[in-house]
Amino acid sequence: MGEGSGDSTGEMLRRVGGDTPLLEVRHVTKRFGSFTANDNVSLKIMPGEIHALLGENGAGKSTLVKIIYGSLQPNSGEIFWKGKAVTVASPAEARAIGVGMVFQHFSLFEAMTVAENIALALPNCRATRELCETIARVSANYGLPLDPNAHVADLSVGERQRVEIVRCLLQNPELIIMDEPTSVLTPQEADQLFVTLRRLAEEGCAILYISHRLEEVRALCHHATIMRRARVVAETDPANETVNTLAQLMVGNEITRVTREKGKLGPEAILLKGLTQVSQEAFGVSLHDINLSVRSGEIVAIAGIAGNGQKELFDALSGEEPLDKEDMVILAGEAAGLMNINQRRLLGAAFVPEERLGHGAVPALKLSENVVLTRHGTGEGIARRGFTRFGKAGRIVETVTSLFDVRKGVVDPEARSLSGGNLQKFVVGREVERTPKILIVAQPTWGVDAGAAAVIRQSLIDLSRKGAAILVISQDLDEIFEIADRIAVISRGHLSKAEDADTLTPEKVGLLMAGGAEKKGAAAA
Amino acid sequence: MLEAIILTVITAATPLLLAAIGELVVEKSGVLNLGVEGMMVMGAVAGFAVTVSTGSPLLGIVGGAVAGVLVSLIFAFVTLTLVANQVASGLALTLFGLGLSGLMGESFVGQPGIKLQSLDIPGVTSLPFVGKILFGQDILVYLSFAAVFAVSWFLNRTRAGLILRAVGDNHSSAHALGYSVIGVRYLAVIFGGAMAGLGGAYLSVAYTPLWVENMTAGRGWIALALVVFASWLPWRAVIGAYLFGAVTVLQLHTQALGIGFPSQFLAMLPYLATVIVLVAISGNRRATLFNTPSSLGKPFVPDR
Repeated sequence: MGEGSGDSTGEMLRRVGGDTPLLEVRHVTKRFGSFTANDNVSLKIMPGEIHALLGENGAGKSTLVKIIYGSLQPNSGEIFWKGKAVTVASPAEARAIGVGMVFQHFSLFEAMTVAENIALALPNCRATRELCETIARVSANYGLPLDPNAHVADLSVGERQRVEIVRCLLQNPELIIMDEPTSVLTPQEADQLFVTLRRLAEEGCAILYISHRLEEVRALCHHATIMRRARVVAETDPANETVNTLAQLMVGNEITRVTREKGKLGPEAILLKGLTQVSQEAFGVSLHDINLSVRSGEIVAIAGIAGNGQKELFDALSGEEPLDKEDMVILAGEAAGLMNINQRRLLGAAFVPEERLGHGAVPALKLSENVVLTRHGTGEGIARRGFTRFGKAGRIVETVTSLFDVRKGVVDPEARSLSGGNLQKFVVGREVERTPKILIVAQPTWGVDAGAAAVIRQSLIDLSRKGAAILVISQDLDEIFEIADRIAVISRGHLSKAEDADTLTPEKVGLLMAGGAEKKGAAAA
Repeated sequence: MLEAIILTVITAATPLLLAAIGELVVEKSGVLNLGVEGMMVMGAVAGFAVTVSTGSPLLGIVGGAVAGVLVSLIFAFVTLTLVANQVASGLALTLFGLGLSGLMGESFVGQPGIKLQSLDIPGVTSLPFVGKILFGQDILVYLSFAAVFAVSWFLNRTRAGLILRAVGDNHSSAHALGYSVIGVRYLAVIFGGAMAGLGGAYLSVAYTPLWVENMTAGRGWIALALVVFASWLPWRAVIGAYLFGAVTVLQLHTQALGIGFPSQFLAMLPYLATVIVLVAISGNRRATLFNTPSSLGKPFVPDR
């Protein structure tokens, strides 16, 4: 609790409600078995304050937020709301006292309409015409236009977030908790969100803002609490910090910057010619005439908002979804459109899908068994004449885990026992260790903390400079500009021309990402 | 002749409709209870036993519903509280119900039962053709239609119904919003048990007032298939129940008339129809997404 004095004048002004904090968490400790997720954590939020909660994965942010929102009960410690001690026994109680939450992974019901979704979060309310009118009015008022009768399944990710926010606003909250709200938005959508958030703060509503993106925390937040390994390690005014000092506080030591030099370009290793595929999925995206070439020694990134055809493109490249014509995908000079995933691996290609648990790795299998799954048919002798050589697989696990600093409790743990960041390092490392000639990777650092992300990104750059052609599909623009030599944008199944990264800016890419979505929004309004 | 056929179709369809409408609510809450057959047969034996010992078919019906609830509570405890596999537990429940009902009903085999009275309004029931069909049924037939109406209204027009659908659509989100997923599902399973028990009691108290071991003869499975056939829409369950009921009657008639048509073929028709409907609705992904409870059969464990 190193806070209380040294407030800036700006902060004094923001304290609309006087000196009593809106929410105060005192000495909260939460244990899961022998693991301590929150250790003597304290936090103070003033009315009208945008308060950032920073920390790496597993630092205890989510646990703290769940305790404030009543989903979890602390083992010890107290919570004060407007100066009075309260017990928040359930999310319903949290909402009743005025705490709202916008979830990172949306908590919406896909088969229901916007109005039904919102009615569920309000006490004693049904999806009546009155509610629809209120939704339309409030959403327009805050610049978040919504059609109350639309089904959530038909909405874009940005629109779904609007539903969450409007749902929250209709509960007249005094504190809104936002968990990584911009991770799924374009820069333009994020800017629009910041306008809304600033307006809410001016009206006296406090916001607890959780984000990995330090730049936006600096621009938006009035105060920051930083957690590391279950404890609060610092409280600061983010405007007085740099991105680097904030990152240092989070990680506890200096983060190695990713370095990139121009690579030596070789022949075209990945070539897509008129790749067209009609999606068979319920809400899938069809791919339209996609053309792209990636040469050895370079990294090409495909940016885009989730759900614009990235999954379909990855499946077409990896061979999970067979194509109509074999020359739509050419890998290492061979027409590979009709090949299965192992035939493509034999051409020197490797694939890292977006979803690490369940797609990239089987949760209930050990790491060595997961190694066998992607490398049994790559001609390395891991599987021969129907027998598996687990000794060899085990040695690969050791190499990968030491190269990528994968932290594990036992020698060969089950994949699901690893934390998200560690498993991501493993699934990327498993493919990189093969030194493939072609690597296709989706969301290489999704939900991974800054330290681990730097390790993964550097490994991709190093691999490409050794002569591999790498295609990265990512939503993270910071990441894309950090590693990519050329950038293309996917929007509704169309791919823009890949352009030199040095000639592009995040704003320009953001506009391309929003391309289709913007038109649709205008038509609906 | 036509009147007689319609009357038998009604009696064949009613137990199917009662059990199916119960299971529909259970599945809408995200629970797959494959034990409908077991709950029905327990309802049948309890209904018969209570009717014979009290002399009141009405009490027998209540007894059937109570028996259905008690058996469904076993299922609910095992799958919801202990988070066991729903498919395996449901199958076990059916086997358990068939066995236990045989044991309990041993002394009742061959005893005469008392038939549930049908409605008889002087002057109205005796109307030609429509009188007997519309105004001469027993209370459970009317109850089955009332249940369809009530469930349809409940699911689409009430807040509690909205919550039940929400729990079936995405139990994690419902939990995050602070709804008691397990509580809602317990209530749904209990309702399903009561309705299956009623369907079973209908067989032993109204359809054929006697007790024979395994007297449900696969009707629980047809009721289960019906829910999918109806793509989780209550009014479609009525159509399905009467369609499948008609097939059952037709099967008896072809046998009686000695038509050279294998009755086994007719017996399999309901299942064949269900498969065709499944294929047809999976072609329309949108309709599937909006009607099928996404959490169906998935166990829910709240994080603590």
